[in-house]
Amino acid sequence: MKHPYIPHTEEDVKEMLNSLGIDSIDELFKDIPIVLKKEPDLPPSQDEFTVFRKLKEISERNTSLEDFSVFLGAGVYLRHVPTVVYELAMKPEFLTAYTPYQSEVSQGTLQALFEYQTMICELTGMEVANSSMYDGATALAEAALMCIRITGKERVAVARSVHPEYREVLKTYLENRGFKVVEIGYDGSGRLSLKELEDAGESAAVIVQYPNFFGVVEDLELIKRKLRDSMFVVVAEPVSLGVLEAPGAFGADVVVGEGQSLGILPSLGGYSLGIFATREKYVRYMPGRIIGETVDSEGRKVYAMILQTREQHIRRAKATSNICSNHAHAALIASIYLAVMGREGIKEVALRSYSAAHYLQERLEEKGFRKKFSGPFFNEFVFQVPKEYPKRWREMVKSKILGPLPLERFYPELSDCALACTTEVVKREDIEKLMEAMG
Amino acid sequence: MTIFEKSKAGRIAYRLPENDIPTRELDLPTHLVRKLPPELPELYEVDVVRHYTWLARRNYAVDVGIYPLGSCTMKYNPKVNEKIARLPGFTMVHPYQPEETLRGAFEVMYELKKLLCEITGMDDMTLQPAAGAHGELTGMLIVKAYFEDVGDTKRKVVIVPDSAHGTNPASAAMVGFEVIELKSKEGLVDVEELKKHLNEEVAAVMLTNPNTMGLFEKDILEIERITHECGALLYYDGANLNAILGRVRPGDMGFDVVHLNLHKTFSTPHGMGGPGSGPVGVKAHLAKYLPYPVIERQGEDFVLKRPEKSVGRVRSFFGNFPVLVKAYAYILTMGKDGLKSVGDMAVLNANYLKKKISKFLPVPYDGFCMHEFVASAEKVYKETGVRAFDLAKRLLDYGVHPPTMYFPLIVSEALMIEPTETESKETLDRYAEILEAVVKEAYENPELVKKAPHTTPVRRVDDVTASKKPVFRWRRGT
Amino acid sequence: MKKYTKTHEWISVEGDVAVVGITDHAQEKLGDVVYVNLPAVGKTVKKGEVLATIESVKSAADVYAPVSGEVTEVNDRLRSEPELVNKSPEGEGWLVKVKVFDLGELNDLLDEPAYRKFCEEEG
Repeated sequence: MKHPYIPHTEEDVKEMLNSLGIDSIDELFKDIPIVLKKEPDLPPSQDEFTVFRKLKEISERNTSLEDFSVFLGAGVYLRHVPTVVYELAMKPEFLTAYTPYQSEVSQGTLQALFEYQTMICELTGMEVANSSMYDGATALAEAALMCIRITGKERVAVARSVHPEYREVLKTYLENRGFKVVEIGYDGSGRLSLKELEDAGESAAVIVQYPNFFGVVEDLELIKRKLRDSMFVVVAEPVSLGVLEAPGAFGADVVVGEGQSLGILPSLGGYSLGIFATREKYVRYMPGRIIGETVDSEGRKVYAMILQTREQHIRRAKATSNICSNHAHAALIASIYLAVMGREGIKEVALRSYSAAHYLQERLEEKGFRKKFSGPFFNEFVFQVPKEYPKRWREMVKSKILGPLPLERFYPELSDCALACTTEVVKREDIEKLMEAMG
Repeated sequence: MTIFEKSKAGRIAYRLPENDIPTRELDLPTHLVRKLPPELPELYEVDVVRHYTWLARRNYAVDVGIYPLGSCTMKYNPKVNEKIARLPGFTMVHPYQPEETLRGAFEVMYELKKLLCEITGMDDMTLQPAAGAHGELTGMLIVKAYFEDVGDTKRKVVIVPDSAHGTNPASAAMVGFEVIELKSKEGLVDVEELKKHLNEEVAAVMLTNPNTMGLFEKDILEIERITHECGALLYYDGANLNAILGRVRPGDMGFDVVHLNLHKTFSTPHGMGGPGSGPVGVKAHLAKYLPYPVIERQGEDFVLKRPEKSVGRVRSFFGNFPVLVKAYAYILTMGKDGLKSVGDMAVLNANYLKKKISKFLPVPYDGFCMHEFVASAEKVYKETGVRAFDLAKRLLDYGVHPPTMYFPLIVSEALMIEPTETESKETLDRYAEILEAVVKEAYENPELVKKAPHTTPVRRVDDVTASKKPVFRWRRGT
Repeated sequence: MKKYTKTHEWISVEGDVAVVGITDHAQEKLGDVVYVNLPAVGKTVKKGEVLATIESVKSAADVYAPVSGEVTEVNDRLRSEPELVNKSPEGEGWLVKVKVFDLGELNDLLDEPAYRKFCEEEG
């Protein structure tokens, strides 16, 4: 059977076998002591039209959110992505390039990622960023491990208002090593309980999210004052940093987050972007690839991967992390988005998201759905829902509404609540649709 | 020029749609409101397009030419897979929308899992890990969970060959294991040496097969026997699976845990370093430790399960979904016959190229290789002072990408070459010609090679200053 | 008195204070040094433990304590001029000064001719 991706003609194969002095390809494998126990149960090869049609059918068994009114965030956000972003990011010289080990033929990659690092530093107020990790959750876990390495203390404290799946990943990474994860609760304002934080005692790091999972904006200044010797790790939502004060300004030691919000299509949360930034003094403890600026032999300003001695290919068991492949292409999409939106665009997107959320919250309040927390919120908020809401939430889909997330799934104590989200794409008519569907 | 230097106040590259919700001022305590806007550039759309187009043109890529990096499997990335992954049913879905609206996604993941289990000879699999190293971490967590569960608390050591990829010991260390690196013998695992180290403190032996020298570990059955005999588990690093597709399955070799690299064997694009995907397969006795959620079929429906003794969650949401879609499309396209051809042609190409290259660059072992081989430039270095590094830089002038350099660590001045099955005989002939020409230059004009590259967009990059006086970001005024 | 180790450190003793560095052979193998990670003054080390780490672009090498002792001084110049390790490994590129606990530990180390022979055999 011939394949478009495999060039070998019968003549090619014959010539190549000849040059090796053998008659069949099987001879190349003759020293292998094992054979297949049976023929693998796989379908035969297919042409691209058939495969496309089959997969298109499967994709249509998903409900695409294309024409939906979407009020669900919780870590993955639907935004307007300008056409230019994917048009440029999907250029094959980016998509089919490898890790930029050979700097001289990878300046496209290196410069794009250097610019990405700069943009992340600007948003987060930190001094150095790496060129991506897998997602916000693993970036957080690695930040915790980094703080443990630096301080020598073996426990971390994390706010319960940090994304539930991030806390799960944090526990997986830390508890298996014998490190302890202590959870700190929230108060009626939806923010970190400072009392519980004090009672928790010494930790390598204290971790909060900003805005937190409930959409409430934590007072990072107040928290920083209570930290004593713990390092300060902030999980930040990058778009909100267009208008919120940067965590770096409050003395954060490490800032992590999920970059999907920066122009990456939702993709079931699967084309994620782990943001990771810290202070220069910690750079040798930081995981991930870092791009630096330098010169070439003719004095041109060029870029290269630096401080590779932290990484696994040099340090092996002593590396800062095992990370090798990262999410560089997602970082590219994010930096093109940030380049397109610019400082004004990010601000506008953030403010629209904020405004729509507050308008929605007022409308819900009018209809008797009360806000749960008293603290200031950004573009997400928690409100109380009747018992039958989860059922209604599933039915809303028929009206092309993805409603606020029922929280029973993540917080048993908030099973009578839902988490609403608006981004810059939400209009008044979307909100009215939702109001009707809420009953 | 960086994109920041192209900024001009007042320019915009975006226009948001009309909106009828009035924008309101932030009602937050002032100290939480940004005083200085982030210094992101202000550009118009044409500048953005030209900037990234210019950057793209400064990159080498698989779509440009041969990229024979050892153990990276830089095969062609099929375009139809991109088209499929961009279908709105796959891109415009939120991980938390009601499960009944995600049947298509679950079907892709479940079916892919089944196909990969069949290809590898394993019983169950998680598609969550985001990369090979992440898969190794997950695998090591499973190993640890297993021994804790059966009450075997002495197992603190993981053994890896010294030819192993750096992520192997790094992943084992990240989970808290102590790592012992075993000295290879003639490029292979030294079984006698392994025997000396196997005892009840060993939790796992991590192997790549074929190994990073491109050699099939012929003693695998013996290795499997003695590893299991001392109660340890056997882990398979699937980076080199391309060589044995359709002929041998790691499950049949006796491996308990396996990770795959979808961005290698299964054609998903490398994207300048990622995202890839590193699914982890296990034999039945370890399925209860898999990370959650695991997707099971129940009649027409799919359910998400949490294995009873799961190691936990290893990333948010479901895994690198678009990458999974592409890999699924690839397997359906290649099918049983295609995948067998992949393995066969990958190995044929490597041996063909090895025969040609070994005429001027010694390959430190006899016999056939698998899908890759290692040549050594040590003789050239000793006779001319030109190193593997310099040869690689000179190759760039000829418009091709060099092989992997200085890996595996056990060969001096190593050049590790993996052509993959998607390169034609003509391309391989040309590559061998070019490499031969460069080696000749090393003898006849060493300075030319030592100062290479000469015709690339930039010249030899000063790595030393880059790391000595690191500049991590652009700043105004620099 | 100057002595050498099989891991390519040198140690020069006067009284009970010793100066430690890496040999010319070691710096050549490392390549251009870009960073030196020195211990804190006051730290105690046991013979054979990692005393410092030296990084080049492509590798990182651990420097092992030739004797047990307490770190009394570190070569601060290396923070801004790590290249001194390449230029003058046995002079200005010294790494650490140590107060030696047991001078007897020096007996196992190699003298210059023995070290030179060791390097030849290794290479």
